[in-house]
Amino acid sequence: MSKTMTQPELAAIEVKGMTREAFIMRGAIAAGGVYGLSTVGPFVGQAMAQGGGGDLDILNFALTLEFLEGAFYTMAVKSTKGLTGDAKEVATTLRDNELEHVDALTATIKDLGGKPVKAPGVDFGDAFASQDSFLELAQTFEDLGVGAYNGAGPMIEAVEVLAAAGSIVQVEARHAGVIRLLRGERIAPSAFDKGLEMQEVLDAAKPFIKA
Amino acid sequence: MSKTRTREQGDGEVAALDQLAREDAGSRAQFLKMVGGAGAAGALAIFFAACGGDDEEEKPSGDSPAPKPPSGGASKGDIAIVNYALTLEHLESAFYQQVLESGEVKDPKIGEIAKSISEDEMEHVSALTATVKQLGGKPAPAPKTAFEDVIAGGPQMILETAASVENLGAAAYLGQAGNIKNKEILAAALSIHSNEGRHAAVLNQAIGKSPVPDGAFAKPATMEEVLKAVKPFIKA
Repeated sequence: MSKTMTQPELAAIEVKGMTREAFIMRGAIAAGGVYGLSTVGPFVGQAMAQGGGGDLDILNFALTLEFLEGAFYTMAVKSTKGLTGDAKEVATTLRDNELEHVDALTATIKDLGGKPVKAPGVDFGDAFASQDSFLELAQTFEDLGVGAYNGAGPMIEAVEVLAAAGSIVQVEARHAGVIRLLRGERIAPSAFDKGLEMQEVLDAAKPFIKA
Repeated sequence: MSKTRTREQGDGEVAALDQLAREDAGSRAQFLKMVGGAGAAGALAIFFAACGGDDEEEKPSGDSPAPKPPSGGASKGDIAIVNYALTLEHLESAFYQQVLESGEVKDPKIGEIAKSISEDEMEHVSALTATVKQLGGKPAPAPKTAFEDVIAGGPQMILETAASVENLGAAAYLGQAGNIKNKEILAAALSIHSNEGRHAAVLNQAIGKSPVPDGAFAKPATMEEVLKAVKPFIKA
């Protein structure tokens, strides 16, 4: 899993599944502390800190999204007006899946020696006013999640992290498909789920995050 | 890669994640060394109009930034993986076309789903065929299929088979992600992988099964497992 190293003697050294280079870089980032993305709040700023460098940052970026989704479905199951039948069952399943993603990503980040981001404050507006409005926003989040993971996938260095991300993105895609089915939408917007860049994802998520 | 098992092991999800990652830990590293930032520029333009340039920030150690097309030696493994995917897509595509032509699916809602999936699979076939050619390989031919019994079995059997095939297809892509060396091919595979995941979930839901049969973490399948599972649908 070593990235191309400028100092070959360091290339063989791995620190808990990270290259030494990535490890040092992460330390530097942690020491640096401040990331300037004030408009999207400290949580996302933390997730974005390294602008695409390093698996830990990708994992924290993913964790932020999973927190958002986990909170969304937790609230949806509790408070969506008129939520019944298949939609209720699906919402409950999706909530459970997202919360498992949160737990697994948190544990993975810790295991790699990183610091998991905290759950962001959230604001979903009137999304829970009806089953339809809930499903509409659910589709947005799930399609976004798919694009986010697919965009990050090729940047992931450690094969374990790639496998984990792949395992999660397929579940996000399954969510997206079944939500679209419930809404009577085409189940896939395209035959190819394009990867999104982090900034695109953050821009899309921003309205739902309270700093 | 040596696994450092310092994580507390009481956590089922995490253990599952570990388990997912066992295969061929070295190949992606080799890729990152070889490809640097440039990758197979141009080879997969059809996929990457939307992927942007910002994800091309791998830092080669002082190499020229000029894009290098993938050499035969470097991408033989990838060509084989793309051809493997192409074979599966041929199979899926043929299945839906035969289903649609058979007129067995009379429920309009199911018919619409089958049609949209069929379109996706055809696009996958085209894209993967083009990809193999661009990489300098020979695209795998469409296999002779054996879906007659399934289709004669009527809508329920058709749907159940479709669900099985889609779940298998999604698992097949997931099983190869860590083996793909070229970053752009990985991006392409991921973009198809999640599309297959959508199909699988919808078909599962349509037959009253869980859209997420593996729970929160989808399981990969090896090439061997997949080929064994599709064998009944391929005529020798």
